Amino acid sequence: MSSTPTDPTPPGRRSTFAVLMGFLGSMGLAITLLVALAVASVVGTVLQQNQSYETYLLDYGPFWHELFRTLGIYHVYSAGWYLLILVFLVISTSVCVYRSTPAMIRDMRQFRLGVKEKSLRSFQHNVQRDTHPETPTALMSRAESVFRARGYRVRQADHGDHRVLSAMRGSAGRLGYFFTHVAIVVICIGGLVDGRLPLMLAEFTGRLEVETRQVPVSEIPAQSRVSVSNPSFRGSVEIPEGQRVDVAFVTMRDGYVVQELPFHIEVKAFRVERHATGQERAFETDLIIHDDLLDEPLAHTISVNHPLVHRGYTIYQASFRDGGSHLNLGMYPLGRGADRPMPFDARVFGTYSQTAGDGTRLRVEFTDFKDTNPTLIEEDGVRERMDMGPSFEYVVRDSSGAGWFHRNFQQPVERDGRRYLLSGVRQNPAEPFSFLYIPLDPQGGVDRFMRFLAKLTDPAVVAAVVDESTRAAAGQFTGVDEQIRSQVAETMRDLLETFAVGGYEEVIAQVQEQAPAGQWDQLADVFLRVLNSGLDAIYLRVLAEEGIEVVSEADDHFLADALRAINALPFYGSPFFLHLNDFEHIQASGLMITKAPGQVVVYAGSVMLILGIFLLLYVSHRRCWLWVQPRPDGSGLVLAGTSNRSTSDFNREFDEISRAVLGEPRPTPADQDARA
Amino acid sequence: MSVTQDSMSAEYPGFFRRLSPADWIWAAGVVVATVFVLAAYGNRMDIYQSGTLVVTAATGLWLGWFWKSFKGYALAVTGMSLLGVFSYGDTLASAQTNFFLKYLVSGEAAVMWMCALLYMSTTAYLASLFRREAGRGVLPALITAVVTGALGLAGLWLGRSGLVPGLEWASPLILLVAVGALLGPIARTDFAARVGSVLAWCAAAFGLAGLLVRWRETYLHDPTWGYIPVSNLWEVFVLFCIVTVLMYLYYQGRTRNLGMGGFVMMVVSAAVAFLLWYTLDREAHVVQPLVPALQSWWMKVHVPTNFVGYGGFAIAAMLGVAYLMRDRGERRRPDGLLVRRLPSREVLDDVMYKSIAIGFAFFTIATVLGAMWAAEAWGAYWSWDPKETWALIVWLNYAAWLHLRFTKGWRGVPMAWWAILGLLITTFAFVGVNMFLGGLHSYGTL
Repeated sequence: MSSTPTDPTPPGRRSTFAVLMGFLGSMGLAITLLVALAVASVVGTVLQQNQSYETYLLDYGPFWHELFRTLGIYHVYSAGWYLLILVFLVISTSVCVYRSTPAMIRDMRQFRLGVKEKSLRSFQHNVQRDTHPETPTALMSRAESVFRARGYRVRQADHGDHRVLSAMRGSAGRLGYFFTHVAIVVICIGGLVDGRLPLMLAEFTGRLEVETRQVPVSEIPAQSRVSVSNPSFRGSVEIPEGQRVDVAFVTMRDGYVVQELPFHIEVKAFRVERHATGQERAFETDLIIHDDLLDEPLAHTISVNHPLVHRGYTIYQASFRDGGSHLNLGMYPLGRGADRPMPFDARVFGTYSQTAGDGTRLRVEFTDFKDTNPTLIEEDGVRERMDMGPSFEYVVRDSSGAGWFHRNFQQPVERDGRRYLLSGVRQNPAEPFSFLYIPLDPQGGVDRFMRFLAKLTDPAVVAAVVDESTRAAAGQFTGVDEQIRSQVAETMRDLLETFAVGGYEEVIAQVQEQAPAGQWDQLADVFLRVLNSGLDAIYLRVLAEEGIEVVSEADDHFLADALRAINALPFYGSPFFLHLNDFEHIQASGLMITKAPGQVVVYAGSVMLILGIFLLLYVSHRRCWLWVQPRPDGSGLVLAGTSNRSTSDFNREFDEISRAVLGEPRPTPADQDARA
Repeated sequence: MSVTQDSMSAEYPGFFRRLSPADWIWAAGVVVATVFVLAAYGNRMDIYQSGTLVVTAATGLWLGWFWKSFKGYALAVTGMSLLGVFSYGDTLASAQTNFFLKYLVSGEAAVMWMCALLYMSTTAYLASLFRREAGRGVLPALITAVVTGALGLAGLWLGRSGLVPGLEWASPLILLVAVGALLGPIARTDFAARVGSVLAWCAAAFGLAGLLVRWRETYLHDPTWGYIPVSNLWEVFVLFCIVTVLMYLYYQGRTRNLGMGGFVMMVVSAAVAFLLWYTLDREAHVVQPLVPALQSWWMKVHVPTNFVGYGGFAIAAMLGVAYLMRDRGERRRPDGLLVRRLPSREVLDDVMYKSIAIGFAFFTIATVLGAMWAAEAWGAYWSWDPKETWALIVWLNYAAWLHLRFTKGWRGVPMAWWAILGLLITTFAFVGVNMFLGGLHSYGTL
């Protein structure tokens, strides 16, 4: 990055070293490296960095994945070739500073009093007078005071036949060059200290192995552990409330290594503070640091933007998730025995084995719990935030591993004045949830629905109901013999069973199976009437058990909702419904823990860079020379000046200086306007 | 031309001796106001806030001395802001009933005034480029008016009819040229540009007062929300308009050249077009609480510093466009409108360099401040987040530009093209990254 040629050796006689230095310090190389670095950096912003290899494989396919992986562009900024560009930039800058600094210091200090008249005449800014009325002494003394008044440093020399005055100002501007370029080197070195070079080196030499398995910390072998002596790292760890750890995980490529810490971090509590609107206002963690070097444990609360610094380690609030909340659930079989829920105590991230009604073994995995669900609801164009209350998520898997993903809410939602409990289901985590709406009884529970479902799926109850209702119906008509009644009864029982298992869809399928195409509508009509009278009869029994004799409109709505829910059950997947009775919310706070001794170096470099840039851009090194020769009728003179920055500003200044030095009048403002 | 003893002497008064009585009154005013605020509200401010106030006051004091016109501007902004804040009292509902708030100085109203004034200012500057001149016809102006008018109206129609959605928001920019070219020939002097300059000052005053009143509004919404309104895309676009206009007005004063206005104000108008769309179509002006990651003192210094950088780069690019047009004019028609109206290549080149220089210096500071904030919020001063990386790319780009100018002495056409390219890169770093690349500056989650 230098332009000042400092090597006077003519070409052809330069040593290899000089050629190499010339190349490394050349402007062309520097610009090439700046541009190359910029272009290389773009790659890393377009292709998302540091994802798992599975994600990349899925996104780009095996061919591109392999190519990208080999080129290191999943981790561009720690790829060998990228670091090589950086190293070259540092070398280029260093060489440039090394070569240019001597000339720079010369420029700052030397007044060049031996300057020749001829060279001054060729300056861009110069004023020449062959005959000036004043004597050289008078001119020189006025020039000296003019320059000094303007803050210039002045030197004079008498060369016998002529005299030279040299003045300069803003030589600190030259330091700008030095500061900016050294700053780049300093920042890069600081960054290198904090980079993961030691880890990469340890891995390269085989002293460190990247762990890719998800196993408890205690099972991670020593080869994947980094000792406390590691000077710099950036790791993260999730700690459930009430627990403590003394490690952090440093991700490396498709795995991680374990960084050991010289103290224990305990998470006492994690909190999400919210605005009245439900949006998050603050994420806070109450920490306790257990350190043998401390007289007593250190309690401190961290939050986003407010980390804790302890012994050179900085602990940040980075994320949060569930930390294994306790869930007190009721398990309702969605079929026989629905009215007899089984208590089920579960923990989030726990896996439980359950046997379905038909004897199949199922695995229930609890994956998440949220104590609050602020949601943006848009109704009639009006957006409103509301809290959906606590929810939990779980997966029900059969022996083949296929799973039903569920998300259940604890609090009901209201639609058209009726209240429902929501249970979401999907078969693929990428899909949105479909929701089962379970209607709530006047007491706000699922009991009535479950009792209805239990009766519908209990053959004994169905038989009794069918018997009773067909007899009652037969009693109204004379001449209906027992054979017809039992035929109707059998149809009704059959339909109720079919509906309980497969919903209306299955009932229609049965119609299509039993009748020729032309009679489908007719038969469906009959079947639905028979089915509905059976369902009505079962529902009346449920109501009777509650002591209700007069069926209200709300009760009618309930039946319609219940039937809709039962109709949807075949798509629900799981053979049971989990109802959240109570919970103990335990959260895990995601902490980031870093040690960055290079930070001070980088900051020092940054300050130097800023200082340098301002010196470089705003302190221009201005130099002027006055060459005077005694002439018979006064003096001959050349006044010349140069500035290493903005010429337009120096134009004005030189103009003023030359008028003052030559003793010429300053133009009035009106003249200045005319010129502009 | 008068010869005075003073002009003959070598005396060159120092900086402080060159200050006028007005400068000293200004300084006293700033100091008194600062002391008053510290005395009255100091107990509610923490050390960072008090420090920010003192540094801001010192900067304002210096700016008023260094740039004389700034004093009047600052007083106008202060007056308008105080009017807004006091009109509110303690309730946000005042905005519906108070005349001043409803039509003038509430955050929203003031910013809308800024937008309108900026469009008018741009038109006036453009009109001045087409002013009438003795012995010359108005044909070039009329042709320009007809062509741009047709293009603008076609754009409006295409946008409105849904054929090219969104074009209706961009088309007014072309129509500004049409109106300017149509009205320009009415005047024979640079009167229009002087009007444009006054309008630009007013727009900048409305914009800054709007943001300051909005600062108060964030607290009126909910005391726990309160934040400095340079925190979302809508607010920083307003900031961009203010900063760019002020920087331009400074250079206009320094060069005493009104010919650059039409070009620089064009990029500001583009920002206004975005702002209008963002406000009227997306309702992005509604105050929302900040996510925790943005609730930091660093916001106050990081963002405004950055926008001095963006403003400088934007001005440089528009002067690059002017430079290329002037250069082309000189080669094709040395007597044409472009050569007669646009500033000389030397002036354009000089101001282009100065804008990039100030932009680069402040962009460097902003990036360093950003790194310090990142160290406090994200756990690392540099994590190759897309925004950080693009900031580096922008920085490298202008570093290369300055290197070539300083050491190789590059000037003229290639540097003008490069300045334009630089703005494209900067624009991507400014808005593109948030839209397309995500990362920590997208503020999606914690």
